[in-house]
Amino acid sequence: MTQFVDIGALEDIPVQGARLVRTAQGCIAVFRTADDRVFALDDRCPHKGGPLSEGIVHGTSVTCPLHNWVFDMNTGAAQGADDGQVGTYPARVEGGRVLLDASALPRHSAA
Amino acid sequence: MKKKLVIIGAGMASGRMLEHLFDAAPDLYDVTLFNEEPRGNYNRLMLSPVLSGEKTYEEIVTHDAGWYETHGVTCRFGEPVVRIDREAKVVHTNYRSAEYDALVIATGSAPFIIPVVGKELPGVVTYRDLEDTHAMIDAGIAGKDAVVIGGGLLGLEAAAGMAARGASVTVIHLMDHLMERQLDPAAGYLLKKDLESRGIKVHCKGATKAILGHERAEAVLLEDGTVYPADLVCMAVGIRPETRIAVDAKLEVERGITVDDSMRTTDPSIFALGECVEHRQQLFGLVAPLYDQARVLAQTLQGEAAEFRPVQTATKLKVTGCDLFSAGDFADGEGREDIVFRDPGRGIYKRLVLKDNRIIGIVMYGDTADGNWFYGLLKDGTDVSEMRDTLIFGPAFQGGGAPDPMAAVAALPPEAEICGCNGICKGQIVEAVQGGATSLDAVRAQTKASGSCGTCTGLVEQVMQFTLGDDFTAAAPACMCGCTDHSHEDVRRLIKSMGLKSIPAVMQELGWKTPGGCHSCRPALNFYLLAEWPTEYRDDRQSRFVNERNHANIQKDGTYSVVPRMWGGVTTPAELRAIADAADKYDVPMVKVTGGQRIDLLGVSKEDLPHMWADLNEAGLVSGHAYSKGLRTVKTCVGKDFCRFGTQDSTGLGIRLEKLLWGSWTPHKVKLGVSGCPRNCAEATCKDVGVVCVDSGYNISVAGAAGMEVKETEHLASTPSEDEAVEIITAFIQLYRENAKYLDRPYKWVAKVGLDWVIERVVDDLAGRQALVERFELSQSVYRKDPWAAHSTDRERAKWAPMADFTLEAAE
Ligand SMILES: Cc1cc2nc3c(=O)[nH]c(=O)nc-3n(C[C@H](O)[C@H](O)[C@H](O)COP(=O)(O)OP(=O)(O)OC[C@H]3O[C@@H](n4cnc5c(N)ncnc54)[C@H](O)[C@@H]3O)c2cc1C
Ligand code: SF4
Ligand code: FES
Repeated sequence: MTQFVDIGALEDIPVQGARLVRTAQGCIAVFRTADDRVFALDDRCPHKGGPLSEGIVHGTSVTCPLHNWVFDMNTGAAQGADDGQVGTYPARVEGGRVLLDASALPRHSAA
Repeated sequence: MKKKLVIIGAGMASGRMLEHLFDAAPDLYDVTLFNEEPRGNYNRLMLSPVLSGEKTYEEIVTHDAGWYETHGVTCRFGEPVVRIDREAKVVHTNYRSAEYDALVIATGSAPFIIPVVGKELPGVVTYRDLEDTHAMIDAGIAGKDAVVIGGGLLGLEAAAGMAARGASVTVIHLMDHLMERQLDPAAGYLLKKDLESRGIKVHCKGATKAILGHERAEAVLLEDGTVYPADLVCMAVGIRPETRIAVDAKLEVERGITVDDSMRTTDPSIFALGECVEHRQQLFGLVAPLYDQARVLAQTLQGEAAEFRPVQTATKLKVTGCDLFSAGDFADGEGREDIVFRDPGRGIYKRLVLKDNRIIGIVMYGDTADGNWFYGLLKDGTDVSEMRDTLIFGPAFQGGGAPDPMAAVAALPPEAEICGCNGICKGQIVEAVQGGATSLDAVRAQTKASGSCGTCTGLVEQVMQFTLGDDFTAAAPACMCGCTDHSHEDVRRLIKSMGLKSIPAVMQELGWKTPGGCHSCRPALNFYLLAEWPTEYRDDRQSRFVNERNHANIQKDGTYSVVPRMWGGVTTPAELRAIADAADKYDVPMVKVTGGQRIDLLGVSKEDLPHMWADLNEAGLVSGHAYSKGLRTVKTCVGKDFCRFGTQDSTGLGIRLEKLLWGSWTPHKVKLGVSGCPRNCAEATCKDVGVVCVDSGYNISVAGAAGMEVKETEHLASTPSEDEAVEIITAFIQLYRENAKYLDRPYKWVAKVGLDWVIERVVDDLAGRQALVERFELSQSVYRKDPWAAHSTDRERAKWAPMADFTLEAAE
């Protein structure tokens, strides 16, 4: 079952930027696109662990700040010649609030 | 006996519903219609023409007294319903009550008012009904200042209406571009340009902080400190469903009153429609779906089965002269493809978003003639793969013949204009080609076609190809990135010559092929724009690489290093103590002296950065920019005060240069060195700019490198005067800022333009040198700011931490 929890206001995430959500199993980066959609991805680049939350967001892609791998935020798949995958989590915006699928959070998986 | 139908709200939706109901079953109900406004149904959409003076209220009334009388409607206008008694099936106003068998709630929505200081001052209005419209008209705003907060559909209509009445209007919009829900940045940019051309000021990325004034509104203050004078302030920042009476009656209400497919609420005798409802988690703010609801509800009230199924709606802006059209979903996404067409000369932009060969989104600006045709394809889910190549040209190019872009070019008459900037038509290009111009450059040289903004290059090439056949091969231009065919040099030149002042402006006017660029062009554009228009352009933080965005250097494990600035490499015991204290307090795992004579605090977490900066700031230390494409360090030797060989005050000169140049953004990092004698202890001759002091003065050399490539500097100038040395160096840096390609270090750039060209400008041409220095200083008046100070405030600090933390809950 997906159960969405409120993690904060959309406004708290810069347009074309990201904020982190900390979980016991590592950080999740929550991105906001130029057209106010949100995507949640693991904050670790599969290449060498770069923090994706600090990458440049373009369209629905993000470029890792360390060595420029590009990931499609819809699927978490690396683009182009690079081969890699990051975990994605259901996220949405409702009434200006950002909601994240709680079942993805360790609180639940640990229980 | 007729059944009793009570309706709360005489708006667009209930008006349409009554028409359907009386058409089909005139005798089914006795209708009582309550309305809070002291009038019956009118066309709310037409308030804007009333505001602008193109229409009067009488012209927009949809149901007059005669109509209500003919249909036996009991009108209770100016009487809001305050309570619904579901048990007794009665509604109450403050004067009377009315019984019902069936009740319809159609209360619309209420404008949202942002909770800022001054929001209740006289002179602050919303935009929803005739009263609001009259408030704006009656303010007698001709010649006065008006501010509209909110750059969406409503706000822009209000702005255009007041401007038409002679007010001087400014629109404040929170987001990056206008109407962001309906338009993408490119179309938003064109709209802004249109509005500005009619004298409406537009301030995007503007957050309202307060409305200032004593007796009444006088001005609007923004978070960034901007103040706009305002005799009238119109808030048009959004609406929320008007659900209060439904909530009080304990009907199920989420964001709107919950209804099922037949428009029934959780009480079987109560229905709702219009902007006040929520249907399958969706709210509605445009009339098209509300009219569908009206039809469904009229049938439901007659006991017929009907289902409301929302369809995609299209939006147009009712501002005369602003032609825009938007429908569906135009965001980027997986498996989505864009077809983008831009004609900068005529201010036209069209974008179709396709998925699985079907149109799912449409944004058009400037020429919306084909909007409805595209919209039809979208609604029907038509497979467009057959006409894909010519789809964007609209229905005129479909059907018959093969959908071949070459055929489209071949079909153009000789007088068809190809290059809008220079007015070159197809015939002229064909002539040039037949006359022997077989390369694009040759055609460009002869006809000027594609020589200005260059967006018609593809079209010119098609004409050439059609004329030359297989003999033609298009040259591959060294373009900036996959988003554009232009080179860096072209883009720089065009930003200047066309006066482009924002990233969306560049993308639109120069025909970017992606909707929003990529990680490689955005930082470059951001730099070019701020170098060209230092006082007008606003830095786009999200187009910056992480080091510049976070004002610290990212390390391989995602932590940062902090390098406080030490002017010329000189420090004091007090500064060292502050650095040591910060290192202790934030558990810095390593403290290291850098190659540039500064102290590096390695391994700081992002969250700690603003706190650490605040501490360092307090000790008088500022940002090191040890990470930016800007001046990094000026390395110095000890110079004549202490060294027995020193000829000049090399340390002092280094400090002076660093204080002068810090904070400026450059195409790539810039490092300087100043040595006091040719022994060169500061290793000045492998820097971007090196000064070696000698008995007779200062030897300035440039374009060294000690990175991937190692290269000695080349001699630029010698001068006896320290002041002149500083001036020449400043001019050199500015020339580099104005001309180099993003990410070219000075040695690469000098190799391209030639050292002689540089010497001519910064050494020989005195007036030119001074002009360069002046432009540098102008830019520094804006950009020489300590970013640490700006980001270590309490308000900012919160943004550096995670927005939510679930580790604590997990531990419980
Ligand atoms: C200036 C303007 C321009 C617009 N332009 C467009 C456009 O171009 N295209 C488009 O699709 N849409 C446009 N809209 C939106 C459109 O007008 C609305 O979607 C539509 O009017 C909603 O209809 P409704 O019947 O739900 O509510 P409304 O038309 O708002 O009617 C609700 C009525 O209920 C009354 N009411 C509220 N509470 C009570 C109560 N307790 N008792 C009695 N009466 C009550 C209100 O006074 C109001 O008269 C525009 C809106 C405005 C304000
Ligand atoms: S460069 Fe010359 S002046 Fe400077 S420290 Fe070395 S020897 Fe002394
Ligand atoms: S760590 Fe992300 S690209 Fe190398």
